Amino acid sequence: MELQINGKTHQVEAPDDMPLLWVLRDLLDIKGPKFGCGVGACGACTVLVDGIPTRTCITAAADVEGEITTIEGLPEGERLHKVQEAWIKHEVPQCGYCQSGQILAAVALLEETPQPTDEDIDAAMTNLCRCGTYPRLRAAIHEAAGVEG
Amino acid sequence: MGKIAKYTRRGFLGLGVAAAGGLAVGYYYYKKPYPNPLPETLEAGEFTFTPYVIIGGDNAITIITPRAEMGQGIHTTLAALVAEELDVDMDQITAAHGPAAAAYYNSAMLREGAPFPFFEEGFVAETMRGALGVAGKFLALQVTGGSSASIDAFDKMREAGATARAVLLEAAAARWGVAADGLSTARAEVVSPNGERLSYGALAAEAAKLTLPSPPALKGPSDWRILGKSQPRVELLEKVTGASIYGIDVQLPDMLYATVAMSPRFGAKAKSADEVAAMAVPGVLNVVEIVTSTGVGFGIIASNTWAAFEGARVLAPEWEAASYPADNAGLKALWHEALDREASFTLGGEGEPEAALQGADVIEASYSLPFLAHTTMEPMNATAQFKDGKLTLWLGTQAPGIAAMASAGLLGIEADDVEVITTHLGGGFGRRVEVDVPLYAAAIAAQTGGKPVKVTWTREEDIQHDTYRPMAEANVKATLKDGLPEALDYRVAAPSINKSLFARTFPDMSSAGPDRSILDGSFDQPFSWPHSRFAAHQVDTDIPVGFWRSVGNSINGFVHESFLDELAVAGGKDPLEMRLAMMKDARHAPARKALKAVAEMAGWGQVLPEGVGQGIAHTLSFGTWVAEVVQVDMRGGTVKMDKIWAVADPGMVLDPANFEAQITSGIIYGLSAAVGQEVSFADGRVAQENFYDFDALRMAGVPPIEVALLENSPRMGGAGEPGTPPIAAALGNAIFAASKQRLRALPFGNDVDFELG
Repeated sequence: MELQINGKTHQVEAPDDMPLLWVLRDLLDIKGPKFGCGVGACGACTVLVDGIPTRTCITAAADVEGEITTIEGLPEGERLHKVQEAWIKHEVPQCGYCQSGQILAAVALLEETPQPTDEDIDAAMTNLCRCGTYPRLRAAIHEAAGVEG
Repeated sequence: MGKIAKYTRRGFLGLGVAAAGGLAVGYYYYKKPYPNPLPETLEAGEFTFTPYVIIGGDNAITIITPRAEMGQGIHTTLAALVAEELDVDMDQITAAHGPAAAAYYNSAMLREGAPFPFFEEGFVAETMRGALGVAGKFLALQVTGGSSASIDAFDKMREAGATARAVLLEAAAARWGVAADGLSTARAEVVSPNGERLSYGALAAEAAKLTLPSPPALKGPSDWRILGKSQPRVELLEKVTGASIYGIDVQLPDMLYATVAMSPRFGAKAKSADEVAAMAVPGVLNVVEIVTSTGVGFGIIASNTWAAFEGARVLAPEWEAASYPADNAGLKALWHEALDREASFTLGGEGEPEAALQGADVIEASYSLPFLAHTTMEPMNATAQFKDGKLTLWLGTQAPGIAAMASAGLLGIEADDVEVITTHLGGGFGRRVEVDVPLYAAAIAAQTGGKPVKVTWTREEDIQHDTYRPMAEANVKATLKDGLPEALDYRVAAPSINKSLFARTFPDMSSAGPDRSILDGSFDQPFSWPHSRFAAHQVDTDIPVGFWRSVGNSINGFVHESFLDELAVAGGKDPLEMRLAMMKDARHAPARKALKAVAEMAGWGQVLPEGVGQGIAHTLSFGTWVAEVVQVDMRGGTVKMDKIWAVADPGMVLDPANFEAQITSGIIYGLSAAVGQEVSFADGRVAQENFYDFDALRMAGVPPIEVALLENSPRMGGAGEPGTPPIAAALGNAIFAASKQRLRALPFGNDVDFELG
């Protein structure tokens, strides 16, 4: 199959039912998307497919059409995305394991809703964080919303 | 990106386990230090100063931060201890975990294992604490746990920085032919009185040859430039760009992939397994048996993780029956039998509680707490390679030395032939001290013909094979006099974590003495009871129990602080005023101040609408005094958490922003458990499977949390765990204040509905 990932075309041989997560991680060595649950319940494996947050552990790679963006493809050259900058400013990550997925979910939220309310954030940000970084994560999203992209 | 590359090299590529002699200078905690393990890891032009400092000729400064970074910011705080005394700025250093080595033992973790309250400073208590600390050195426990890392490092790492700075000054003095005491330092340079400058890098080669007759003096807190102030975390850039390497991200040439299917009935063997079906899955290469002290089962080796998971699914082993009651009702009965027996041991206590409880009006309550899983975000995993009689392990571990020791025992090799490379940890919470993960990886690696193999557990395997926070049942009785608590009879039935841990980790050793974790958070709290007795009723099964964030304090913080609330209601007292009245000893002052501060923040005592209530609780754990208030609104028929206020007093705050983050994190961790988490048993195995039936709070369910920090306590306390213990009681007490409904069983979600967004 052929996958468009972070602006590059990848040819990969994989069984039809192999989730995109394992194609990315084990076959293409793209480690930003994380394995957390395997059932689409935690969001650690989130990537963007044409800008839509997608839980790759329950998405067969063969079914994916469109441009895949992982955390590795988020910066433009050397310049971090404004969401990544806000994450650093508010020192959001603790263990950091869920943060690739959280950042991509936040990027998608801000594309859809540039000035989100707390309710918008609650509705869009459903990814699990066991370190409990939620208060700083919320503050960082508001920060990024106030920054010109 | 240079820093990431440098970190990756040191933190990830092969660093030796141990080395003899070398360039170590300085003076450490105990008289004879372990050898500096760094010399053999150095590259050309680099020099090491103590086991914590490497300086390159290019003035690149690496600080070894030998504790597990699992999100608690410890690499930043440990690096700051060295940077403060070395007189370099945080933007000039790189922090690296470094090798597993005896030089990095943790004595503070064992110190607070002595059976005395933290504020007890009598001769026996201090001697016991000291002796246990020395034991940590000789056992070479490079463990991250017990909220102890900063306390352990506070002197050692400041001395390391000061020692390196002192020899650099001596080297500059020799170069310039002047006395060292006229020189100063700034930003990794030595400066002469007439303004000449030499970088540390330029002096490193000469300085590394020098020794000091005695340890240099350390700065006082008033002279600190870095400590006591919030520092940017050293690993943030990696973590927001996906560059951090966790155990699960390890990638090696010719690496195989595997998963495990271990017996979910702890201690029970397999009856059958469909190896033919597993081998038929495309990509599955082999199915191997695993027999270890932590569990028995199968390893499924494949060409990718997904194939291994599929192989494990169709392998579908059948297991023998469990040795313990098969369901929760049976387990509870066993726990209650233990409560009815004589106590296994008591701790603390005073007066004559038995006599005082005779004939008086006795207030009595029973509390129930479930087993709990850790569910770190990163499922359990390790990568292992067993080649030419030597084992290499790559994993996120809180205890690299113990992982090496256990794996060596399994493979019949010496611990020196095991190299442990510690990666980032996708959460720890106590789960990653355990040796099951490296043991299974080592067992599988023995069957791959020398190829490395990455062993990743499914989430289901992770939840069903945890080392659980113990289930506990408590019966508590008390009497009042003039409305104030007079006599207490406190009984808890729970398994011994020490016994369970020793049996699986060091099967040849037995754990001696009472396990104080059963009563932590009760007998050691800052209250004066005229009469009290705290009794542990130990009940052990083959269900593995382990360290879950705040350990026994998570149990007794709930029981003790819920019961105090009940006594306040029974005595017609305000729960805050009653606590303050019981904190009579001068040594209880930090608790009084924390409670008063949190009450002021929360507006405690204000008139709230009917259906809205506040609850308060305080627990001293890991040397940090934490008071918390929760406000709930139940006017809609459900529990809506409005806000949480917390005040924590660790005596000394090295990094306020990071400390606040840890308290907040501990609160949310405990809140998730209080609201909805429960591991229960059915058919001899854990009933829960994944986040759909063992969930944690999401963004929408977490109310605003306001944290303030105080520094009244006489000794330094920990950060990672103390936020957790009071939260369940504060929440339950708030629910009572709002509804008059007293909840005595966790999780509360079984009895009331929460509004979580």
